[in-house]
Amino acid sequence: MNARAPKEVVKEASMLKQKEMISGNYAKLASAKEQGRKVVSTFVPGNLNELIMCFDLVNNLPEINAIQNGMRKKTGGYIMEAEKRGHSEDVCTYVKADLGMIAKGNLGPDGHPLPAPDALLLSYTGCFTFMKWFELVREQYKCETLMLHVPYEGDGHATKNMRDYIVKQLKEVIIPGLERVSGVKFDIDRLREILRESAKAESHFVWVLQSAKNKPSPIDAYFGGVYYVGPIFTAFRGTPDATEYYRLLRGEIEQRIANGQGPITPDGEMKEEKYRLVVEGPPNWTSFRDFWKMFYDEGAVVVASTYTKVGGVYDLGFRHDPDHPLESLADYCLGCYTNRNLPSRIDLIEKYVNEYEADGLLINSIKSCNSFSAGQLLILREIERRTGRPAAFIETDLVDPRYFSPANVKNRLESYLQMIEQKRRSGIAPPAAAMPGAAPAAAMQ
Amino acid sequence: MTTLREINERCSALYEDLNFGYAREWKAAKPGRKVVGHMPFYVPREIIHAGGGLPLGIFGGGDQLEVIHGDAYYQSYICRIPRSTIELAVTKRLDFVDGMLFPSICDVVRNLSGMWKVMFPNVYAKYFDVPQNYRDDIGGTFYINELNELREGLGKLAGRRISDDEIRASIVLFNENRRLVREVYAFRAAQPWKAPAADVYLLMRAGMTLAVEEHNRMLREYLDAADKADARKRDNCRIVVTGAFCEQPPLNLVKSIELSGCYIVDDDFLLVNRWEQSDVAVEGDPLANLAHAYLHNSAHTAAKYEDTEKEKGMWLVDSVRKNRAEGVIFACPSFCDPALLERPMLQRVLAEHKIPFVAFKYAENSGQMQPIREQAGTFADSIKLWSVQ
Ligand code: SF4
Ligand code: SF4
Repeated sequence: MNARAPKEVVKEASMLKQKEMISGNYAKLASAKEQGRKVVSTFVPGNLNELIMCFDLVNNLPEINAIQNGMRKKTGGYIMEAEKRGHSEDVCTYVKADLGMIAKGNLGPDGHPLPAPDALLLSYTGCFTFMKWFELVREQYKCETLMLHVPYEGDGHATKNMRDYIVKQLKEVIIPGLERVSGVKFDIDRLREILRESAKAESHFVWVLQSAKNKPSPIDAYFGGVYYVGPIFTAFRGTPDATEYYRLLRGEIEQRIANGQGPITPDGEMKEEKYRLVVEGPPNWTSFRDFWKMFYDEGAVVVASTYTKVGGVYDLGFRHDPDHPLESLADYCLGCYTNRNLPSRIDLIEKYVNEYEADGLLINSIKSCNSFSAGQLLILREIERRTGRPAAFIETDLVDPRYFSPANVKNRLESYLQMIEQKRRSGIAPPAAAMPGAAPAAAMQ
Repeated sequence: MTTLREINERCSALYEDLNFGYAREWKAAKPGRKVVGHMPFYVPREIIHAGGGLPLGIFGGGDQLEVIHGDAYYQSYICRIPRSTIELAVTKRLDFVDGMLFPSICDVVRNLSGMWKVMFPNVYAKYFDVPQNYRDDIGGTFYINELNELREGLGKLAGRRISDDEIRASIVLFNENRRLVREVYAFRAAQPWKAPAADVYLLMRAGMTLAVEEHNRMLREYLDAADKADARKRDNCRIVVTGAFCEQPPLNLVKSIELSGCYIVDDDFLLVNRWEQSDVAVEGDPLANLAHAYLHNSAHTAAKYEDTEKEKGMWLVDSVRKNRAEGVIFACPSFCDPALLERPMLQRVLAEHKIPFVAFKYAENSGQMQPIREQAGTFADSIKLWSVQ
């Protein structure tokens, strides 16, 4: 199959499409003031993109800025700037990367100035830091802040009380607030239309994620996955562009399955799938390429990840629903990965290990992120106990380059893969992934 | 009459007893009694009490507990309190606790609620959410329903429905407790030389263990005895301590602050005991009354959203003014996201109001007090110098 692999990495149509979408949004942000458009800043998990679109607002996502700046190696300086200004070395580096960027002139990742937001839409799910983050940003901009409190699914499920609370906040706080900021009247039919479009993209997206059940997996559901989640987690869910992106992506993956090909990496197509892993936790962004390379050099493919669920666990069936627009926004907010309690997270990971026939679980524990990290060592033990497959732990950070130690990470990964080998030899782990070229899983949609 | 020394000894013994002998005895004294643990910063203890239960504040292991197992559950960059709490549980020091409540203070405690469910499946473990929207018809309605759910859960534990009247009766007792706690705080702010910070701390901490009726008695006795105390006023400056609302500072740290020349005239160590800042209404629907007090009359802390920029940190400025403090000490647990993210915002507000401050971090098991003593001492000196100029 590898005969067909191009020597040089050719950008696929979906990649080009996404690139164009992202730079388009940054261009919109850069020209927003000139064009008289209002800007709202908001967070990724549990975001209300469809609602934001109803008010013609331009969407600025500080987490995405931090990621993009991290990949461009700008965050180290920003974080130091924030620490110089009194922010503790102990707290989330996304926050400090954002505050440092603002302090240093607020140039976006593409080098263009980011506009001051007209409102901070503090709709968030699954992390307390978000609340403090926007209180800190509010000090800078003194703009209107609209808070949507999303309760945590402490008992492992959403309740009617939680849903009603969110819907009420949407009706009485968020929508009137967005009307005020934008000067646009809310039209629920417009919201329905957008939600309908969201649901289409969501179904394609789930298909993409589940394609990793094939052997070999045609995708890497973590390192590649972070690209695949781009449109649906951010400013594009609900746009025809997003649907088109996933349609293109799906077509490309269908082709790869038919050809028995593995994932595309920055160094071209992956040669052989030796290990199938499930990964818990966000990636490191400042050394993202090096981090990924450590995996594909060893033939390790991530077949499922939890990070690709922070903006919605669509593979458990949730879709935005035009017939219940506000309720479905509420359900969406409630159901994001880090808003699920620890037992539910363990259940989900166990399901992934089994359904994706993984060799085991690798946890990338992020120093910044208590939301993900607190409790991960228990997750590790539970997964090992329940699945009988080995789990391992590495520690890095999101965008603080001081906390990425390549030698350490590589060592841990290598020992982990050796552990898998040993388990295989002792006959405990599932058989090695089928050889490339095996028939696609019959169950694929 | 009980002497200050006797009260202090009783409180110290309760504080040092990591086997929670008092709560165990309380439970054994009558069949069917239940003990419900809770973590910082706030739970409606009235509902536990109304169900015939003993609310037991679990505030970590302090500097006396050797954490062996707990470290295996947490990475080095996570604060101490969850690991010592796990340690207490896996070493069976909490084996008599029938329920555990985890308030929505941060992601660590939040996730600990799930860990409890996995590790101790026979214990009623509940993440207890509070509203961040302060409108009666929105956050209030949500909260009343959450309180109801808690009432039902605790009712199952108690084996009966917890009635409105029972909750009302408990509100009366806890109102009294809060009133007495406020009185002690006011007494200390007026005559801090008569109410040393460490003694007040232990007295308040005893309230995390003792039955409320007993703690009320103790508070009254303390007020009587402290008033009569013959203590010498020192040339200390007056400071407010903030940031220590969850993982507790070691007692030595509290002592060190005072020894280095600072009277603590307000703090946020154990907020649950004065969360509602005046009496919760007794007449009418008790859950609605608790919700109303939470929304409109409760203390401030980093776990709570401040919905207007203008109001941010003003509670701290007010506390400084009301207690005639001359400065603020930020004492925050290492790796504590809420406290450390909040800190620069509060510092900005203090700077705007020309209130001096100093900051350091601690862990509940910090042993080295010398640097803290030096920092607090230098701060006290600079305040004195500043007030002379
Ligand atoms: S703590 Fe984690 S979830 Fe929260 S803002 Fe930081 S990275 Fe995101
Ligand atoms: S000390 Fe801070 S971070 Fe740790 S559990 Fe308490 S509030 Fe959370």
